[in-house]
Parts: sequence; C-alpha cells; structure tokens
Amino acid sequence: MMREAVKKYAHERIAPFVSKMDEHSAMEEEVLKSLFEQGLMGIEIDPEYNGTGSSFFSSILVIEELAKVDPSVAVLCDIQNTLINTLFAKLGTAAQKEQYLSRLSTDMIGSFCLSEAESGSDAFSLKTRAEKHKDYYVINGSKMWISNAEHAGVFLVMANVDPSAGYRGITCFIVDRDTEGLEICKKENKLGLRASSTCPLNLDNVKVPEKNILGEIGQGYKYAIGMLNEGRIGIAAQMLGLAQGCFDHTIPYTRQRMQFGKRIFDFQGMQHQIAHVATQIEAGRLLTYNAARLKEAGRPFIKEACMAKYFTAEVASLTTSKCIEWMGGVGFTKDYPIEKYYRDCKIGTIYEGTTNIQLSTIAKFIDQEYDH
Amino acid sequence: MSGRVLVGVKRVIDYAVKIRVKPDNSSVVTDGVKHSMNPFCEIAVEEAVKMKEKKFIKEVVVVSCGPQQAQETIRTALAMGADRGIHVDVTGKDYDNLGPLQVSKIMAALAKKEEAQLVILGKQAIDDDCNQTGQMTAALLDWPQGTFASEVTLEGDKMKVVREIDGGLETIKINTPAVITADLRLNTPRYATLPNIMKAKKKKIDKVKPADLGVDITSRLEVLRVDEPPHREAGVKLETVADLVDKLKEAGTI
Repeated sequence: MMREAVKKYAHERIAPFVSKMDEHSAMEEEVLKSLFEQGLMGIEIDPEYNGTGSSFFSSILVIEELAKVDPSVAVLCDIQNTLINTLFAKLGTAAQKEQYLSRLSTDMIGSFCLSEAESGSDAFSLKTRAEKHKDYYVINGSKMWISNAEHAGVFLVMANVDPSAGYRGITCFIVDRDTEGLEICKKENKLGLRASSTCPLNLDNVKVPEKNILGEIGQGYKYAIGMLNEGRIGIAAQMLGLAQGCFDHTIPYTRQRMQFGKRIFDFQGMQHQIAHVATQIEAGRLLTYNAARLKEAGRPFIKEACMAKYFTAEVASLTTSKCIEWMGGVGFTKDYPIEKYYRDCKIGTIYEGTTNIQLSTIAKFIDQEYDH
Repeated sequence: MSGRVLVGVKRVIDYAVKIRVKPDNSSVVTDGVKHSMNPFCEIAVEEAVKMKEKKFIKEVVVVSCGPQQAQETIRTALAMGADRGIHVDVTGKDYDNLGPLQVSKIMAALAKKEEAQLVILGKQAIDDDCNQTGQMTAALLDWPQGTFASEVTLEGDKMKVVREIDGGLETIKINTPAVITADLRLNTPRYATLPNIMKAKKKKIDKVKPADLGVDITSRLEVLRVDEPPHREAGVKLETVADLVDKLKEAGTI
C-alpha cells in the first residue's frame, strides 16, 4: 500500500516537473514541499519527532518508486533518510535529536559533507581541519560534490581535529546553514541528476560549539563508513528504480511501433534483448531487497550491499543504453524522457563508492570468507 | 450535530485499466487486473474526514462489501483519516451478483445499527455506473437525500446541499439524519501520506456477514450478456466546408 501511495504521488506531483527541473538544473519548491508533506523525508524517524516511524525497507521501496519517475528526487530522499536521519537518530544526544529530528522530518533538508577536491575514494585523507578552542572548534577547509547543498538547512561536516592521528582524528560536526564563514558555492553544471544540487562548500573560520559534535571525537571515520554501507543500498534502490522507470517508458513504444508489418517488439532480436534486460533488472532487484533485509535483520550485509550497488549501477547503464536504441530516433531526442535516464544513470557507477571500490570491497570479504 | 458518519467505499477496476470482456461474454476480466477505490468513494471519504477535522462529527466509519480484498480498500480509507472499518463479507457468485439494491439494504441496516447521523456515498461506481445505491439507501431508511452534491454545509440539525443538475446548480435544505452522494467537484481527495498509512495499520476492521445484519442478498437481476462497445470506424477528412455540406446532404442529415 505504501508503494502504491508513493507511486500515485510521484506520478501526479513530481512527473509534471521532471523535464523542467532537468533543463533548469533546479529542484522545484513545490516538489520539496510535497515530499515533506507526504512524510517521505522522515521515513524511519520516530513519530515522536513527527516522523513516519517506518522501516529501512520502506525507505528502499520509496526510493525505488521515486527513482522510476525522477532519480534526482530519489537521491534527495535517499540522502535525507539513509544518511542524515540515520546519523542523527543513532548518534544524536537527546538535545540534538530534539533540535534536529523534528525539523528533518517536516521541513529541513540535510547535507552530508565528506568528499573534497583532493579526497574522493581516499576519503580519510580529507584536509578540512577543526581546531579546538576552549568549548568550540574553528573549522577551515572546503568540501566538494555536496548533494542537496542548495536547499540544506543543516550540514554534517567531517573534519579532522588531529591530523597527526590520521583518520582517527576525523570528527562529525553539525553546522547550521546560517553559520558565519560557511559558504555554499555555485552548483555544478552536470551531465545528469541535474535537479539535484551538487555544490562545493567553503568553510572559512567557521565557529562550531562543542555541543555540535555528533557522536564522539575521532570516530567520524567509523560513522562515515557505517552510514555509507547503508546508503549504498539506497543508491542501489535508486539505480533499480531508474532502470525500471526507463524500461517502463520504452516497452509500450516497442509494442506500438510497426515496421515491416509488425510490432518491433515481435522481432526475435528485440525480444531476446528485452528479456535479457528485464532479467538483469530483476536480478538487481533481488540483490537490493536481499541486502535491505539482511541489514534490517541485523545480519552482516556489507558485501551484499556492495554487490547490489555495483550491479544495479551497471544494470541501469545497460538498460538506459538499450532503451535509447529500442526507441530509435525518438529515443535520442529530449522530447522523450529516455535520454534523461541515460544521462542520469552514469553517476551510479561513481558516487557513494565507485564501482572499483565496491569490487575491491567485495573481494576483501571473499578473501576473509575463505580464511578458515 | 455530532456523531457517526457511515461512508461506503467500493473496490472497482482502476480507471486507467483497459477493460476486456471475457470470451464467454458473461462479464469483464477481473483476475490479475489492477483494482482501486472508486473515485467518487474517495471523494465521499474525504468529505467525511474534513467534517471530522472541522469537529462537525466525531467518528468516520468506512464500509465495503465484497471478498477479502475489500479490506485493502477499507485500509486506504483508514489511511485517509477514517477511524474504523466494517468489512461485509460477500464472496463468489453472491459477489458477482451484488448490486445496488442489496448494498443499500446492507447500508441501511448498518446505518441503523451504528446509529449513524449521516451516510455519505459516491454518486455512482465507475464499473456499473448505476447511480442508485445512495437513493435506494435513503428510501429504505426513509431519510432525506442530497445527491450529486458539490457542496455540503451543516447548519444546526439541517444540511444545506448544492446539487449539480442538468440545468446548473440546485440548493436544497434537508433534515438530518440524511444520505449524501458525492459528485466530482465536492472536494479533492487527499493523498494517503506515509505516516497515516502506518497509523492505519493499527485501526480496527470488523468483519460481518449480510445474514448477521438480517439482509437477504439474493439478486432479482440476471446479467444475460456483456459485449464490448462497437469499434469506432475511421473518419473521413474533408478539404472545404462545401465538401462537408455535400457529405451531410448525402447522408441525409441535412
């Protein structure tokens, strides 16, 4: 029922804006507002904080349904639910939860700031520095590729309080948008996921009180890895929805378009390609749902999450590429939604852990499995 | 006026589905076909929930007649804000033959049992387009009816209803208790938000049988045959108005 409700909402309240948002590289205010109204931005947050009080699996289903309509909207919802909300819910003090969780579920967007110009996959070599002064810290540095930054009201900034300790100095700071010295720079002009704002951030002597540390000092690296393992499943759901949405737009066309006296769907070459892609999508779905279930059951899930993210990103690439071919000339034009899915999917193999990183992580787990 | 509102909701084939007639022409194909709440029933639920939010009434009770799947429709209404549901269990051949007369008998019996102050229904269902249940229910209860309502206002123990009629709009004032049937422009139904769907899981749905309500659901009608409408023939494109006049004269229409 939840899936149906989100499907209906996405179709009626998001679909009409998709093309416009992509062209102008801007998220429509109305869409942001309705995401909150529908309870989609606080899916796992306790009703005590105005959240929906549902499960991680529900978040995955929501992200999948949203991605079928617009992967940019899906990623906004994914980051909020799987990264920001989870970090606050798991690590927040009572005061922090009180201050932020209600806002996050009703009207405030959050951004997760880890990557920098010089540190992507090598995340822990980040250079943003937090210097301790009495009961506050002064943060200096810059972040890059920060999603949701244009609209975020709160930023979770990973900074190092003690570079001599290496990654064990990384700490998570809660930085409000209006903090002096925090500059949100011009958003990137991207190939895809254009409606999702991706901005560099400058932190120039940003003063942050000690009480704004989320979790413990020097544990930031652990939190980041932990959250990204879960976020990975969210991205898998996004890529899955993207592939399915693209596929769903294409098949009706192949059933209508006639050439040489029959539907192009009826040509065996087409049928084999279509069946192959459908099978890949289904396999991706099962990997994603399985990883989600393992996580919810408290079982080890990192290897499966990596597999899900890596596989669905590949499937999204394959699906969108094939869909353009099946649509022929019209697939190549902006009048049809297919080319947008093709552009949107590429980031899947790059963000929240590149495909190469996923593969290396999977191999590491396999190696361990055969230890005894 | 404070008290209970009874809202009837029907599970029908979704409006977007392409309907197919069974090869034996006995009825339409329903197996594996997407079903949803009748759109006019959604409007009825919305109106009841709005009345509760404005504190004009205390409780919204949703009723649906049918097999187990009818509970899904009730749950959707609960997610929109209804308080509890009643599933009247009707299955198999009985369900296939269930029509307005039997449903209105059930609604009348429940209205009495639940001591309802108001019964709100959709003006018609999009599968059979009967447009009879509301009217029959009112007659069986000997209650006033405000059908095709596009605006409903409570004024003390009376109701002002603006009705959509062929000539325009008609405003009537009726006593309560009464039966209202919802027309398209009465309101815009809300989405079931995720928090409300979660809350709906905890709300109660009681299950009863028509016999428990003393209702005989034997049908007095027998469907003989169901056919698809005739296929639309292709039209003819004409160049000038003169051509059009010629063609019309040819066809004997002018």
